Amino acid sequence: MDKITFTIDGQKITADKGMTILEAALENGIYIPHLCYHPDLEPVGVCRLCMVEIEQRGLFTSCNTPAEPEIAVRTETPEIEKVRRVTAELLIVNHPFDCLICEKNTNCELQKIAHFIGIDEEHINKMRKPERILPIDTSNPFFIYDPNRCVLCGICVRTCRNTVSISTLDFMDRGYNSIVSTFGNKPILESRCVSCGECVARCPVGSLKPKETPIPSREIKTTCPYCGVGCGLILGSRGDKIVSSRGDIENPINKGQLCVKGRFGHEFINHPERLTTPLTKKDGLFVETSWDEALELIADKFSHYNGDQFVALSSAKCTNEENYIMQKFTRAVMGTNTIDHCARLCHAPSVAGLAQSFGSGAMTNSINEIQYTKSIFAIGTNTTSAHPVIAYKIKNAVKEGSKLIVANPKEIDLCEFADIFLQHRPGTDVALLMGIMKVIVDENLYDRDFINKRCENFTDFKSSLDNFTLDFVERITGVHRDKIIQAAVTYATHKPGMLFYAMGITQHTHGTDNVLATSNIALLTGNIGKPSTGVNPLRGQNNVQGACDLGALPNVYPGYQKVDVPAIKQKFEKAWNCTLSEEPGLTHTEIFDSILEGKIKVLYQMGENPVISEANASHVIKAIEQLEFFVAQDIFLTETARYADVVLPASSFAEKDGTFTNTERRVQRVRKAIEPLGESKPDWQITCEIAKRMGKEGFDFTHPVQIMDEIASLTPSYGGISYERLEYHDLQWPCPNDTHMGTPILHSESFATASGKGKFMPLTYKPSFELPDDDYPLILTTDRSLYHFHTATMTRKGGLVKLRDRELVEINPQDAEELGLTNAQLVKVISRRGVVKSQIKITDVSQKGVISMTFHFAESPTNLLTNDAIDPVAKIPETKVCAVRIEKV
Amino acid sequence: MMIKINNEIKNFKIDLLTKWRENGALIPLLQSAQNSYGYIPEIAIHYISEILGVPSAEIYGVITFYSQFHTKPLGKYVIKICEGTACYVNSARQILKMLKNELRISVGETTDCGLFTLQSVACLGCCSLSPVIMINNKTYGRLTPEKVNTILKQYRKD
Repeated sequence: MDKITFTIDGQKITADKGMTILEAALENGIYIPHLCYHPDLEPVGVCRLCMVEIEQRGLFTSCNTPAEPEIAVRTETPEIEKVRRVTAELLIVNHPFDCLICEKNTNCELQKIAHFIGIDEEHINKMRKPERILPIDTSNPFFIYDPNRCVLCGICVRTCRNTVSISTLDFMDRGYNSIVSTFGNKPILESRCVSCGECVARCPVGSLKPKETPIPSREIKTTCPYCGVGCGLILGSRGDKIVSSRGDIENPINKGQLCVKGRFGHEFINHPERLTTPLTKKDGLFVETSWDEALELIADKFSHYNGDQFVALSSAKCTNEENYIMQKFTRAVMGTNTIDHCARLCHAPSVAGLAQSFGSGAMTNSINEIQYTKSIFAIGTNTTSAHPVIAYKIKNAVKEGSKLIVANPKEIDLCEFADIFLQHRPGTDVALLMGIMKVIVDENLYDRDFINKRCENFTDFKSSLDNFTLDFVERITGVHRDKIIQAAVTYATHKPGMLFYAMGITQHTHGTDNVLATSNIALLTGNIGKPSTGVNPLRGQNNVQGACDLGALPNVYPGYQKVDVPAIKQKFEKAWNCTLSEEPGLTHTEIFDSILEGKIKVLYQMGENPVISEANASHVIKAIEQLEFFVAQDIFLTETARYADVVLPASSFAEKDGTFTNTERRVQRVRKAIEPLGESKPDWQITCEIAKRMGKEGFDFTHPVQIMDEIASLTPSYGGISYERLEYHDLQWPCPNDTHMGTPILHSESFATASGKGKFMPLTYKPSFELPDDDYPLILTTDRSLYHFHTATMTRKGGLVKLRDRELVEINPQDAEELGLTNAQLVKVISRRGVVKSQIKITDVSQKGVISMTFHFAESPTNLLTNDAIDPVAKIPETKVCAVRIEKV
Repeated sequence: MMIKINNEIKNFKIDLLTKWRENGALIPLLQSAQNSYGYIPEIAIHYISEILGVPSAEIYGVITFYSQFHTKPLGKYVIKICEGTACYVNSARQILKMLKNELRISVGETTDCGLFTLQSVACLGCCSLSPVIMINNKTYGRLTPEKVNTILKQYRKD
């Protein structure tokens, strides 16, 4: 970075070229009063308080005047003092004087300015206008808007417009009556506000402020427990309570930004419904018991069953260390490979598909590369709801000129920013992508050079494209051919281009094919192995990447080392000092079948809720009821835990140390903020206790740091990861040794396949397993609400409920009219597998013939309806498409 | 960008659309909406927002900045009371007070029956007739509260 030098008040200042005078001054410890400046936002110079004089030029607002070499800046002259005083006084006379009862007291920019310039009380009192009392907006569950304290700096308006691209707020009215308000001056809860709280975090005065504002007595850096983005979080605590949370500006991913769940969704931690003592079921009722008794019972029961009769369900919510321990327990103690977790229900096809084409099943590139990309192809991802902070970045890239192609059966929020929106029918992704690729090939827009040098199997793939004529693709997908051509040309000619996908691609009986289609298009356009390109599966859970990496899967040890390779088996047998099974275990979906067949008799489950999350849930319930012994380890008594024989209270992410691996393979620390609640224990400790009581060695850990060391010694891709290094470095796997700095971009030299080349995969179009017919004429697809997470175990414990409190079946106005339904009417949604009652929401976000539901609400368990037909390769059930009908209640 | 033409919006003249899809088109479109409806309904704001890519909240800010734009339907008769210097010294305040009492509304509001809207303006340009009010396009000067009462009665009868 080029440096320049100039003087402020005669003092020599060195600054980066391009810095404003104010930034240079603040960085050098010189205070210039300012109100409308915020380091995250473009300066606008509207508060007029940061006046400085550049010698021989005159007065300038320092926040938007670039520092130039050799200028002489003065921050104090009689003229500056006069201008600044009038401006400040005009703000202060209209501002309440009750600082002591204001939450921003001691942390308020206006207070700081008043203090700095010195206020003459008599003078101010003379100028004071009769009080104008505007109503305070308390509608939002998390924050208050008090217009009486507003200084009209516009930081909230700019934050909402430029940072999160929602544009809820703006200046209304004029002159003395100007206020910041929402469209139509409505309460914030009724506006388009998404409650991310970014404006609240930036408000320089006490106008926008959180409802709960205790000052924490200590703060700790950790990682958000919601989605796979992995935002850095600073949790504040007092005593044994979490009282605040804010974004970590030093975190490379979110740089301080958060979404509504990350910022406000932590009420679950200290919630009274948390499990605090072990429970055992006696005569159908849970009774509290001691740890000793519970663990003895479990150790005794477990030792009476052999490997094939045991199954472990691990958790993408738990830390890497806990998943490692869980799979070690399953393999080394119980002698089976039957361990799986909810990745089976979300990204199993990504792991299976990308392993075939690229050799490694993870996001190929990194989140921060979004800002430099020229085109973004988002297919089957409702990014704004499921990965909000990535959505902020996508929207900002679009504003910087990147093209955005959205392919989704629903008109999702991102469409507002899209250049091209392809609204295809659910389950027709292969046809759509192959159609686009055919256009790219026919128009000669593919990257020959890249294909020749770095890929294989192109000829076979190319001939498989012949079936995907525009006529065919248009008929199957319902997308007009012009749009398909437009999308093809845009993605192929605006490089580098990043492709993002999520569950819209994977949750199909042809999910692996869908994933392969995305890898084909990246190879075809040479969009892989370079910055700002890649195939980027957005992982849903905070640590679903880590749970897969650490071997909570039935066919691989940590680091995707296959269980059926003798050399690898021997390596682990030696390390763990035991005999291991070489037979891959059963997957999530197969497990419940096996229980019903009477083969599996014992289930040990950590942090999962399959009764709500598994497709065709009644099948799961039937299976669970048939178990001989069921141990559930969780932070709440979930819908599934209620069926357990023993329930063990686990500690939440705030009560333990560990690591999460986010969607871009970044390993990040989770740090203990408070002591475990009640008698609860971290999951790793519980599993180790059971193993020790069963007389097994290799579980004598006293801290997760030791577990991570063992992980590093056995997992090549985590070889260079240690707690010590994570203190100073941002590490993304593969990170094979102590000097390696991690790998932000995969496949840049060669692919991880056997040949080192990226493999094109010929594909055919396969329809979804269950298509609409006369009896079940509608397609049901599933999606997510921004305000809830997964089965809502964590999010239905506080204010988030006020933002969304029930299931709403989204239905197109035409379908609603044909069925004679009105908005908010209660209906029965019926599939071949179940019936669910819910209210409807009539909206043209849904296309005709397609309805959508979330699965957050246990009273309307959507997964009673969904289809458990599975992808033959990845064994993922088809939760995105099933046939239903709607009846009035 | 998708444009959803709602049934309600069909009578809003948008033939200007292609010509105006650029910066600076906001105010002409707002004027066009107001000419079509007599005020600017919410749906029209959302529609314009979609056409121009300007956030609805920002458009609402522009509408509330200009007193010529209205977000609620105006009454059949718009009463403008002059509060300019000449009228002010000739007891315009008394007339205003009387109008407020009689119509049971404040400045900027419309009566429940939808008959009258009361507005205050700075000068109507006929100071020699002060105090003055204007009802739609007709001017009434040298007013007294009694005179105003008679005028209102007439309009109510019509």
